[in-house]
Amino acid sequence: MLKKLSIAAIAALSLSAGGAMAAGGEGHIHDVDFSFEGPFGKFDQMQLQRGLQVYTEVCAACHGMRYVPLRALADDGGPQLPEDQVRAYSAQFDIYDEELEDDRPRIPADFFPEGGDPNAPDLSLMAKARAGFHGPYGSGMNQLFKGMGGPEYIVSILTGYTGEEKEEAGTTFYENTAFPGGWIAMAPPLYGEDVEFADGHSNDIHHEAEDLAAFLMWAAEPHMMARKQAGFVGVLMLTLLASLLYLTNKKLWAPVKGKEFDG
Amino acid sequence: MSGIPHDHYEPKTGAEKWLHSRLPIVGLIYDTIMIPTPKNLNWWWIWGIVLAFCLVLQIVTGIVLAMHYTPHVDLAFASIEHIMRNVNGGHMIRYIHMNGASLFFLAVYIHMFRGLFYGSYKAPREITWIVGMIIFILMMATGFMGYVLPWGQMSFWGATVITGLFGAIPFIGEPIQTWLLGGPAVDNATLNRFFSLHYLLPFVIAAMVVVHIWAFHTTGNNNPTGVEVRRGSKEEVKKDTLPFWPYFVIKDLVGLAIVLVFFFAIVGFMPNYFGHPDNYIEANALATPAHIVPEWYFLPFYAILRAFTSEVWVVMFASWITGGIITAKFFGVLAMFGAIIVMALVPWLDTSRVRSGRYRPMFKWWFYLLIVDFIVLMWLGAMPAEEPYATWSLIASAYWFAYFLVILPILGVIEKPTTPPTTIEEDFDAHYSKPAE
Repeated sequence: MLKKLSIAAIAALSLSAGGAMAAGGEGHIHDVDFSFEGPFGKFDQMQLQRGLQVYTEVCAACHGMRYVPLRALADDGGPQLPEDQVRAYSAQFDIYDEELEDDRPRIPADFFPEGGDPNAPDLSLMAKARAGFHGPYGSGMNQLFKGMGGPEYIVSILTGYTGEEKEEAGTTFYENTAFPGGWIAMAPPLYGEDVEFADGHSNDIHHEAEDLAAFLMWAAEPHMMARKQAGFVGVLMLTLLASLLYLTNKKLWAPVKGKEFDG
Repeated sequence: MSGIPHDHYEPKTGAEKWLHSRLPIVGLIYDTIMIPTPKNLNWWWIWGIVLAFCLVLQIVTGIVLAMHYTPHVDLAFASIEHIMRNVNGGHMIRYIHMNGASLFFLAVYIHMFRGLFYGSYKAPREITWIVGMIIFILMMATGFMGYVLPWGQMSFWGATVITGLFGAIPFIGEPIQTWLLGGPAVDNATLNRFFSLHYLLPFVIAAMVVVHIWAFHTTGNNNPTGVEVRRGSKEEVKKDTLPFWPYFVIKDLVGLAIVLVFFFAIVGFMPNYFGHPDNYIEANALATPAHIVPEWYFLPFYAILRAFTSEVWVVMFASWITGGIITAKFFGVLAMFGAIIVMALVPWLDTSRVRSGRYRPMFKWWFYLLIVDFIVLMWLGAMPAEEPYATWSLIASAYWFAYFLVILPILGVIEKPTTPPTTIEEDFDAHYSKPAE
């Protein structure tokens, strides 16, 4: 049995190497304890709302989220804004309507606007697309045990500016301890006290970054809470099924094995 | 159908007789699920059922996904996001399909190594083994093409690298590559045909699975002792075997349920753990990812592919003797396919007359080393192509070939096996007291 267990353990370890990606000149990512980590982790609704505010007032100047429908802001397991607030939020962005042959305000059935700056990547999936620092040695240990992933990367980038700048081929690069290679083209977006939270929550740079990272995680994985719920129910039901089958099997084989079954 | 004598289906009522004389389908099903199965099978024998389950799971979830997916370079990535966000339950279906592929390959590798340890490939089960290898290759093709469909960065660049391998074949390589891609590069034509084939191949696999089962139902199952079921009479058979239903169906279902507990934990709590994060970035022909890494289940073979660089003397020698026709890239391709071919040829490479590794004291250690080798290769496949990984890859690849081409043939001659039990009954009764009659 021990042998089987150890084989299983080795196999599990080696499998995790699969998603491994050793980014060249890997930046330093620090761990953040988010409320949504682990099998029972949940999004903090207020944090998502604060993150939406940071996104809208800071990031959205250049970036977009073309895959995220605005109506999702009202969904369970998300920021859960009231319907009228979602409508009001949507209406501040215009969209070209082919039928009207004119611009009109967005409605909740539309999507978040695309970014204004063609060099600024879309943020819809950023929290999942930057989950790839499978350290140490590509073992995936940090991801498995500390729950480190895209949100940690986002926080580390936003708080990782050193203040150094350099110019290369007409583009300004900013030194960043988290960015692979150390120099990033994005100017520091957050300095602290960039936004004023309605709930009076701290708006220093770390809190802003964490709130935004949580929001982007939700944007990338809006059904995370439903998924964990389904996973939990699945594990529970299958454990029950496995136990019942185990007992059935034991009873079935007892006479063949010359054993008494008293289950 | 079976070579092992057992009770066959006898139609009793008039209706049963009427059907049986026209279409003996009930008899076929009866004989299939009542097949006498060695009663000493251990838990390593459950993975066949897990694999059958995986195939059905992948086909069912895949059909649903295909209802919402659009195989077009401009729309594919967005249609996946549509499934993940807007289709009811779509995120679960997709995550199950995605991780179902991982479970499928985990199961097939355990199933294959089980066969390698207990000598399930040896006469008279060579056809079962060969058909199994064909299924494995079809699975790899299906898995690879499925990974291209989300049209993320790793989809696109993985497809570019892997189809590029065919371009390494001398003379006919480039036309073959163009023919596979439907054009000069990975593009809409490629995505479309990959979608078509990804939908088709699972049904080819299903057909091959029927042949696989047919073959081992003809020879009978192997078992941990490697000793054949006595087939002199039905009474003898009954001492060595139990009918598949209910004994092994229930046992296999226990195993399947336990495996699924872990599977659902992964789908529910960490569905992207085995995936590559870059695949959440839409494919971009102008931006090459820093490291192109295939899915974990291809890594051992990917490591073998990359191990043979132009600095390796075997490659240099092959290149020199063929006047440069065999390039390092082509050598790598040959090595990768060769690694699977030597495995397929193992029925004829293993010279030992003892079937099960349980009674082969030297073989055991070489076999355990092969498993370690496989896991090390898997890890190396994910590492960047630089030292020290390159040297280790070469050593690990060399062992893979040495195991099949050198160690197995020699072991059969020099090894002194211990004595297996004379019958399956003896083995079974050594573990359990005599059944209460």
